[in-house]
Amino acid sequence: MEMVRAEGLIHDYITRDEEGNVSGTVRAVDGVDLHVQLGQFIAVLGHNGSGKSTLAKHINALLYPTGGTVWLDGMDTQDESRLWNIRQEAGMIFQNPDNQIIGQVVEEDVGFGPENMGVPTKEIWQRVEEALKAVGMWEFRKKSPNRLSGGQKQRVSIAGVIAMHPKCIVMDEPTAMLDPGGRREVIRAARALNEVEKITIILITHHMEEAIYADHIYVMDQGKIALQGTPREVFSHVEQMQELHLDVPKVTLLAHELGKRGLKLPAGILTKEELAAALGLSAAREEHTSASGALNAGQEQ
Amino acid sequence: MALRVDDISYEYEKGTAMSVHALAHVSVNIPDGQFIGLVGHTGSGKSTFVQMLNGLLKPSEGHIYWNDQDIHADGFDRKKLRADVGLVFQYPEHQLFEQDVISDVMFGPRNLGFSEEECRKRAEKALRSSGLSEEFWKQSPFDLSGGQQRRAAIAGVLAMQPKVLILDEPTAGLDPRGRDEILDMVRGMKQQLHMTILLVSHSMDDVAEYADRIIVMNDAKILMDGSPKEVFARYKELEAVGLSAPQMVYIMQYLRECGLPVRTDILTVDEAAEEILRHRGELHVQ
Repeated sequence: MEMVRAEGLIHDYITRDEEGNVSGTVRAVDGVDLHVQLGQFIAVLGHNGSGKSTLAKHINALLYPTGGTVWLDGMDTQDESRLWNIRQEAGMIFQNPDNQIIGQVVEEDVGFGPENMGVPTKEIWQRVEEALKAVGMWEFRKKSPNRLSGGQKQRVSIAGVIAMHPKCIVMDEPTAMLDPGGRREVIRAARALNEVEKITIILITHHMEEAIYADHIYVMDQGKIALQGTPREVFSHVEQMQELHLDVPKVTLLAHELGKRGLKLPAGILTKEELAAALGLSAAREEHTSASGALNAGQEQ
Repeated sequence: MALRVDDISYEYEKGTAMSVHALAHVSVNIPDGQFIGLVGHTGSGKSTFVQMLNGLLKPSEGHIYWNDQDIHADGFDRKKLRADVGLVFQYPEHQLFEQDVISDVMFGPRNLGFSEEECRKRAEKALRSSGLSEEFWKQSPFDLSGGQQRRAAIAGVLAMQPKVLILDEPTAGLDPRGRDEILDMVRGMKQQLHMTILLVSHSMDDVAEYADRIIVMNDAKILMDGSPKEVFARYKELEAVGLSAPQMVYIMQYLRECGLPVRTDILTVDEAAEEILRHRGELHVQ
């Protein structure tokens, strides 16, 4: 089933002069088609100003198309009668955790969304418990949010969205303001929600290592989709990614460098395990996954 | 023109039940001309520490010396200190406010009491160093792109001609190209203007590439202080305090565990490629 579908999406921002008269328009999204299936993990990459965030805001009807159409779970985002269903099904997480937390106590903050939706009190508490457990923040439920680290705050924000029982969560650079530990926590939580709860995740990021687990990557440039495919397909275009002001994961870059120096390796190597295999080395024992494996995503790019 | 920090401590909400030690007995020397990376998880004390260095916060205990003078001694010119030790806050573009870029950059030197002509000269020089070309100088800072705004904001601090430039996460929120441009600019300024740089960062790859010394803070104290290679060799300890090592460290470590006897004190892609090729004879590439 299709979770998000966009066809020929166009978004123009209107610019105004000092008197408030319209002085022109800027096209931020320019003819984008998206096809996201229920339960997929999608990454959207692109340099500052490429249109990623504008695109994201169309998914839960924070913005309306200037041209084209966006459907969330089959609902046209311009259909006002479905607005609250759309907002409930597609939650959103932003960059700065401090702008998204309003409660005095963690559990109250998480309960705010379902309460607003008119969920009965008893069920609210059930949802709060599920949501906080899903992001590993249950033991902090009685704490004040301003005593938490950045990664913890961001996980509370995610719990607040989960408590509304969304089918899809759009995360707009959720790790940009976090330290490496916080980044690991948030990416781990996002992947668990996707794998265990089957929630569709659309992750917008500048950290290429966070995108290697995606089912599909969209790369944006000047409001258009410049490149798309599996992480392996996208990251094998090292030079094109650099032209788009982006990186590839460091291990992909290393394999590419080795290739330039005469060591022919397959394109699009994404993990150090794949690199070792391509170099003809036998795999090391498992115990070293703490620093690597699943959490590679949280590390630096 | 060295900064010397001698056993400083700082407590927020001192004497109340909410009292928290943000710094506890920190001592460090910052001699001329170094490029220092300052890392530590959120809440480790980095921001408190850098605000001490130009006198924005006063230590509860201990002393800070600028050219061997105690900056909190009576009669010490702290206004001059704030020009000598420039601090670029996180998201500095949020502090832009003037009608046009050049006036914004002139604000600092104006405040220091320089003549209009001197202010303009300094602003132009600072804008050139920050790589913002002349076509933007008369524009409103709010019409610039995010990366350009950040350059304009950094120029505002540069115009005070600091000897030490402290940057608190100058690349937060920028795309990879924007990040490289800002860091290359900082490195260029250090060389041209002979400044000392203190770069606060959450990116281990960035500090590995640019800094020649890394200070790691944890729990209000300095946990490590050394060359990038020395510090990142202790990556397990870094992970334990919410940090990590550059990607290359993990990759080389893994290849070594797979039986390729490569060095693991490697921080950049180039070095890693060379090191792997040195062992070419031991590889079995299809």
